[in-house]
Amino acid sequence: MRESEEKHYIARYTTLVVVWVALIVLTWLTVRVSGLGFGTLSILAPFLIASVKAFLVVDYFMHLKYERPFFKWILLVVLGMVVVVAWLVYEDVAYR
Amino acid sequence: MSEGMERTAHRDYTGAKIGMWLFLFTEFFLFFAPVLLYTIYRFRYHEAFVASSHELDLATGSINTAILLTSSLTMAVAVSALQRERARLCLWMLGLTFALGAVFLANKYFEWAAKFSHGIYPGSDALAGGPPGQGIFYGLYFFLTGLHGLHVLAGMTLIGVMAVMVHKKRVSAADHVRLENTGLYWHLVDIVWIYLFPIFYLVR
Repeated sequence: MRESEEKHYIARYTTLVVVWVALIVLTWLTVRVSGLGFGTLSILAPFLIASVKAFLVVDYFMHLKYERPFFKWILLVVLGMVVVVAWLVYEDVAYR
Repeated sequence: MSEGMERTAHRDYTGAKIGMWLFLFTEFFLFFAPVLLYTIYRFRYHEAFVASSHELDLATGSINTAILLTSSLTMAVAVSALQRERARLCLWMLGLTFALGAVFLANKYFEWAAKFSHGIYPGSDALAGGPPGQGIFYGLYFFLTGLHGLHVLAGMTLIGVMAVMVHKKRVSAADHVRLENTGLYWHLVDIVWIYLFPIFYLVR
């Protein structure tokens, strides 16, 4: 018995290349934006752009977009943990 | 093995991938903890962090980012190619991914070597005598990029093993989950760098 009855998503080459172009453009953008000195924005902007890039990699290169919902739920739990851990640490540092 | 034995062979494709994703999340937290430390010290020693960041070579960092992003593309294409039963294309793409990983590490080596030659390395006198915060910036820089470098090396090793397995047809279109998991690992290494790049090079 082969596992062929299980459907696997096969990414199209064109999709992958388009995502790669977007990643390179975003990298160029983040380097351009970093030197402009917008104050708080220049701290946030690189991380927002990095998050968009990470999202593209996860969704298209790692096929998360085409996985069953369970995979998305565990990612959500992890991101929730990130927020909780960061909050606890900052709280501790702030009131030390 | 008899035909009957093969029929009962159980392959849990989804289970294998869930296992990999769970492992990747633990890897993510391994990097997240020191990054959290970084954000705290960046507030405390803002001036020193900005000054130290300017000492890093932005051009090399940007090029290395592009190299790793491209290697992620070739890795994704390798998986797609194997699924379409194009093993030759898959092998070429794995070779390219491996080579790009090696170029990334070579660049990293030259970057570190340049810092070492200026007396900047963990525990050096130059850092001990520098402004407060500089030592912390470089400590985190060497720790995180070093840890990331080890992950690149591990990823390259896996890619090498996969190339041999694809060549021997032990990993194929019908049974490709190991290649896919190797790809997932490589993409995680890429994502870590996507964050390390602004963290160290773009503090302005």
